[in-house]
Amino acid sequence: MPDRFDFKSTISRFHSLIALILMIAAFGLFAEGFFTVGNCRTVLMQISVNTCLSVGMTLVILTGGIDLSVGAVLAFSGAIMAGLLKSGLAIEGLNLYVGVTVLGAVCAGCLVGASLGLFNGLMITRFKVPPFVATLAMLTIARGATKLYTGGEAITGLGDSFARIGSGSLLGIPNQALIAALIVGVTAILLKRTRFGRHVYAVGGNEEAAKLSGLNVNRIKLKVYSIAGALSAVGALILTSKLNSATPVAGEGYELDSIAAVVIGGTSLSGGRGSVLGTVLGALIIGVLNSGLVIMGVDPFWQKVIKGFVILLAVVIDRLNSEE
Amino acid sequence: MTARMVMTHDNRTALTAQGVTKCFGVTKALDNASIEILAGEVHAIVGENGAGKSTLMKILSGVYQEYEGTLCFQGRPVTLPNTFMAQQTGICMIHQELNLIPYLSISENIFLGREFLTPFGLIDVKRMRIEASQLLDKLDLHIDPDRPVCQLRVGQQQLIEIAKALAFDAQVIIMDEPTSAISDHEVDMLFELIRALTEQGVAIVYITHKMEEVFQIAQRITVMRDGRMIGTHLARDIKENEIVAMMVGRDLKDFFVKAEAVQETAVLQVRDICLNHPTRPDDYLVDHVSLSCRRGEVLGLFGLMGAGRTELLETLFGVHPKSASGQVWVEGREVPIDLPQDAIEAGIALVPEDRKRQGLVLEMSVRDSISLASLNQVESCGFLNPRLEGNLARDYIERLQIKTPNAHQKVKNLSGGNQQKVVIAKWLATHPMVLLLDDPTRGIDINAKNEIYKLISELALTGMAIVMVSSELPEIMRIADRIIVLAEGRQTGEFLRGQATEESLLKAALPRQQSSHKNADPISLLKGNTD
Repeated sequence: MPDRFDFKSTISRFHSLIALILMIAAFGLFAEGFFTVGNCRTVLMQISVNTCLSVGMTLVILTGGIDLSVGAVLAFSGAIMAGLLKSGLAIEGLNLYVGVTVLGAVCAGCLVGASLGLFNGLMITRFKVPPFVATLAMLTIARGATKLYTGGEAITGLGDSFARIGSGSLLGIPNQALIAALIVGVTAILLKRTRFGRHVYAVGGNEEAAKLSGLNVNRIKLKVYSIAGALSAVGALILTSKLNSATPVAGEGYELDSIAAVVIGGTSLSGGRGSVLGTVLGALIIGVLNSGLVIMGVDPFWQKVIKGFVILLAVVIDRLNSEE
Repeated sequence: MTARMVMTHDNRTALTAQGVTKCFGVTKALDNASIEILAGEVHAIVGENGAGKSTLMKILSGVYQEYEGTLCFQGRPVTLPNTFMAQQTGICMIHQELNLIPYLSISENIFLGREFLTPFGLIDVKRMRIEASQLLDKLDLHIDPDRPVCQLRVGQQQLIEIAKALAFDAQVIIMDEPTSAISDHEVDMLFELIRALTEQGVAIVYITHKMEEVFQIAQRITVMRDGRMIGTHLARDIKENEIVAMMVGRDLKDFFVKAEAVQETAVLQVRDICLNHPTRPDDYLVDHVSLSCRRGEVLGLFGLMGAGRTELLETLFGVHPKSASGQVWVEGREVPIDLPQDAIEAGIALVPEDRKRQGLVLEMSVRDSISLASLNQVESCGFLNPRLEGNLARDYIERLQIKTPNAHQKVKNLSGGNQQKVVIAKWLATHPMVLLLDDPTRGIDINAKNEIYKLISELALTGMAIVMVSSELPEIMRIADRIIVLAEGRQTGEFLRGQATEESLLKAALPRQQSSHKNADPISLLKGNTD
């Protein structure tokens, strides 16, 4: 039974893609130097961190939650990675010093990110703290912990092999973009083709019905917040290795950019509707907009105003579509 | 002035409705209904669930605006564009679920939306407090008007609603089952207050299922059935039996009858299921219910709203782990009642009462909805297999004749009957041995109803044990092999198909104020009567 091609729903599903194409065309015409291989690489590099965070954010928002702590968790896991690389692990009571390899530091960082996410999830499921509040608290906790751990100073000089992860490239494509693409691919498959993914949609679409269908709603939420934390750590890996340093202010405000990407990508903030691919489009739209406005020499303050209106426009279009 | 003159012309009529018809989609909730409420009377309105009582009350209190017919208040035609205007006109409704803002104070609640203001435009707290205490004094309620209403007992909150109505100088107060959540003592106080209000000329419209209350408090009784007015009588001229007979009495011809399929073996056994009341510690929502259901049997659970039917099914399904007790066996194996997952694993399925809120993820496609509870069947190598999933969905779309353009249609775009079939399909896909159906034909059209009856009958033929809650007498009398009646959480009757009459079922379902009598021996009851 082949399904009929539904033009209208196709248009509404791809309105963010159409917006992206129009935007690229417009900047191509009016911003000199926009259509260059160099600039393409720059845009991809600029959005790779946001893409990682936004993919995690998509999962969280699909369950009807929100994660405000992604930027702070990024900073903390980045600091842990850098700290372990730079000075290893010293256990003073045992007079023990453990040197840490690049792989070890990356894994430890990701583990830390996932644990902070798990903590968010525990607060939300066990103690029924609203996601907004639980992750807002984690934002402050993780940011403070980062400053404590780093003493307020950047940790720099992390070694060539680590720096290559973020600054190198493969077949002309920046490594960062490859990492982000890998994350996007794996998560898209996870969402569309596994039981877990289906459960995520069900929990966000109607938690009560999901529970009565025998789904373990709490466990699903725990997983989702842990994944969001781990993906923040992947963002930290990209950012820290690209800069070859971890700063205590890394990732400040990133939570807003990632929420914007998810929303522009058409994912419903009330949960149950949306996709990772939409989020990637959202992240691309923000990246293209940033780059185009910079090349056209628009006042940075105006850039912010314009970006805000684009977010509003995206949501308004989405609303109009869903009302029909 | 004019109002007063009209009153002298026609000083008995407070509120009339003439020829009111109201449709929801294809169903006629009210069909040319007329009623006259006299000043100073308590007018009881009785009828089965779905008889149209609440719809009429919502029209009288300004909740619904679109209907046919006319309303007259004190002899003059009125339109009520919203509830606030209805209140200002003098018609107030006290809903079963009270409409108070929990963290605002008593006085703030009483004057909500029309607060007194000082000349500077600020809220005149002092005046509101004084006027609120005067109102409370009238009700003999001595509480500080500054207290937030969430600190009050339900009975007291109800009095606050009445105070609010008095603040509007209400001439007609509509009460929807006001005694359903309050203690016996509070009921007595409420009745005294009602009597005092009627002496001042206020008309009370009183909706209830409890027959004792009707005869205790009402002067006139109106019976509704299927959206129509069956009759209005003086309470002193009519007996309970006659009222019950007026409430039922529908034509049962042409109704689908379930095929004979009952086998000997009991599949589901339930013993002493209890569910504690969430706020009243000594009270139960489900009170020591024991039952069994055999292979191929449809066990009907009949009861009025609030009888504990839904709660009983939910408890069996493990939805209320913390406040429930009792034992459940499926095919002789005990099933814990702590988690829906356990129930599903044991072969129990629940089609919940509210399909949109509890049964379906409306944003999901038909295919995804059908496979939601049995995703393990459509996996290969840990990934969902679209081909297997599509086959599963098509299978059930065909078997249950779900009308949908394709399997990818979102369920929110289907009609109510087809949505219900999707919910049933989701559960059939888990291959249950026990199917719990909570009012499965609620709000769906007559054709879809008949299709669901046919399906239930077919499922019983395959040996499934089916427990079906229903609020419709004709339905349960034709579909169920055996009927258990619940009232206020207790089993109050059990009938085989054919033995049950509408009167006997309804009588068993009506709550009794002194419910302990049903188990008392007849001699002591007689003694009680002669005293």
